[in-house]
Amino acid sequence: MQLYLPIAEVSVNAFLLLGLGGVVGFLSGMFGVGGGFLITPLLFFIGVPPAVAVATGANQVVASSISGVLAQLRRKGVDFQMGGVLLAGGVMGSGAGVWVFRLMTAAGQVDLFIQLSYVVFLGLIGAIMLQESLRSLMRARTPGAPIRRSHVHSWVHGLPLKMKFRASGLYISVIPPVLIGAAVGFLAAIMGVGGGFIMVPAMIYLLGMPTRVVIGTSLFQIIFVTAFTTVMHAVTSQTVDMLLALMLILGGVVGAQIGTRVGMRLRAEQLRVLLSLLVLAVSGRIAVDLLVTPGELYSVAPGVLP
Amino acid sequence: MIRALELMLALMLALMLALMLALVPALPAQAQDPRAPVQETIVAGLSHSRVAITADFDGTEILIYGAIKRDGPPPDDPLDVIITVEGPSTPVVVRRKGRVAGIWVNTAEVLVDSAPSFYAVATTRPLDRILSDTENLRHGITIERVIRAVGITAEAEEAGDFILGLLRVRANEDRYRLLEGEVELTEQTLFRADVILPANLTEGTYKVRLFILRDKQVVAQQERSIFVRKVGLERFIYNLAQDQPLIYGLLSLVLAAVAGWGASAAFRLVRG
Repeated sequence: MQLYLPIAEVSVNAFLLLGLGGVVGFLSGMFGVGGGFLITPLLFFIGVPPAVAVATGANQVVASSISGVLAQLRRKGVDFQMGGVLLAGGVMGSGAGVWVFRLMTAAGQVDLFIQLSYVVFLGLIGAIMLQESLRSLMRARTPGAPIRRSHVHSWVHGLPLKMKFRASGLYISVIPPVLIGAAVGFLAAIMGVGGGFIMVPAMIYLLGMPTRVVIGTSLFQIIFVTAFTTVMHAVTSQTVDMLLALMLILGGVVGAQIGTRVGMRLRAEQLRVLLSLLVLAVSGRIAVDLLVTPGELYSVAPGVLP
Repeated sequence: MIRALELMLALMLALMLALMLALVPALPAQAQDPRAPVQETIVAGLSHSRVAITADFDGTEILIYGAIKRDGPPPDDPLDVIITVEGPSTPVVVRRKGRVAGIWVNTAEVLVDSAPSFYAVATTRPLDRILSDTENLRHGITIERVIRAVGITAEAEEAGDFILGLLRVRANEDRYRLLEGEVELTEQTLFRADVILPANLTEGTYKVRLFILRDKQVVAQQERSIFVRKVGLERFIYNLAQDQPLIYGLLSLVLAAVAGWGASAAFRLVRG
């Protein structure tokens, strides 16, 4: 069944969209990430214009994050204080991101910019995560190996403006969380992602938050950052396609629930190895596009007369 | 089913038209100077002049038909018909990728003032055999003559390559098509052509132009319009996004929130 998308102005198969949403939802439920980093490139592949894919991807992440946060709330896995601080940074970063997005669109380099962001950030995070999770898998196999302390004092703890985060059991400066929030908000705006894949490791390794509250808190602030991004894109460029988002969300929520169940059967270290491999695969696929000679050197985009 | 009926109706109309035209000119023709060139005009119709883009829109086929009315016997030299269908034009930027430090980057661009979002040319015979260059220039029949790109030679070297690139990209998207020999002409009088409008259609008024040619010269032309509009849900969503972007953005969020909450609640119910 073909479906004509009113904003993207392309006709695509409705079941393809539902399936796409379902697969991404499955993975996001399994790994506890929003899945934006998968959905946006996949939308590029099926011919949705990049600007629409980025804006609608953000809208889809809102739905999957709300679904996830509700599950985490019941387990008391959300640190609202930390979420609020991250959010303050996130809104600033998102505003800057939308602005840069517009500049790059005008310069004709937005595709390159998005692609490079994907390759660099996904590649980096994927590599770090793979190395870390492989190491912890090894450690689990060799009993008696030294265990890394979850809470290590570093230069981060010497910064001013300290604040108590009760749910995380932390007493640290608000500067690092605001900066991390801003970085993730920036990425959310230009890549159409929630940024969970960068937020989660940053919270664990940079802020030293307990793993118990990391996913819930990350999802909590992603809801607001992606919501803000969605409205910004809707207002500045009218690129949010409601029908496309609805299809992806419908597929996604079902997939996410199945993914969560499968995820519970796997061990945390195995999950992290799989997730890092997935992230690296997406990054590699986009890198190949940049390196291999394209079949068509010319591209056409809407123009504005001077 | 409805489409088939429309087609039949259109064909019957065309036939009746032709019969009438064949009978009528017999009378006044006597009064005219037999040596004066025969005046020919086009009478044309479309199977439907409105295209509604609905949620399940998957492209549509338009039958363009007509007859040639003349006030005397047809001249000896062969008659040809060209039909063009032109979608709304917009300015476009054409970019070319080049290799910079090992990766493929957009390195050059030109601004084309106006390029149609859709363009089809249907003819009775190969274009170069029925249309002269001057007539093409005067009436703007082939796609190269419709695209307006003033002063692009100053913007980049090999500016012509950019236009060729644009034509290739849009041809691959089925937006630009040349349908040589697709117009059926019967008895130098009746003609018909089917033009497929693709699924990735842009809204607006589509201009249909019909030309009849003799000896590579246009002897008559005619214009018709097709109105392409989004309707129903598509219309509602598109208008809301354009007119009330803030409300639209917030509504998208509500939709996402309801779906997210609903899924979580529904699954808890299933799980017991």
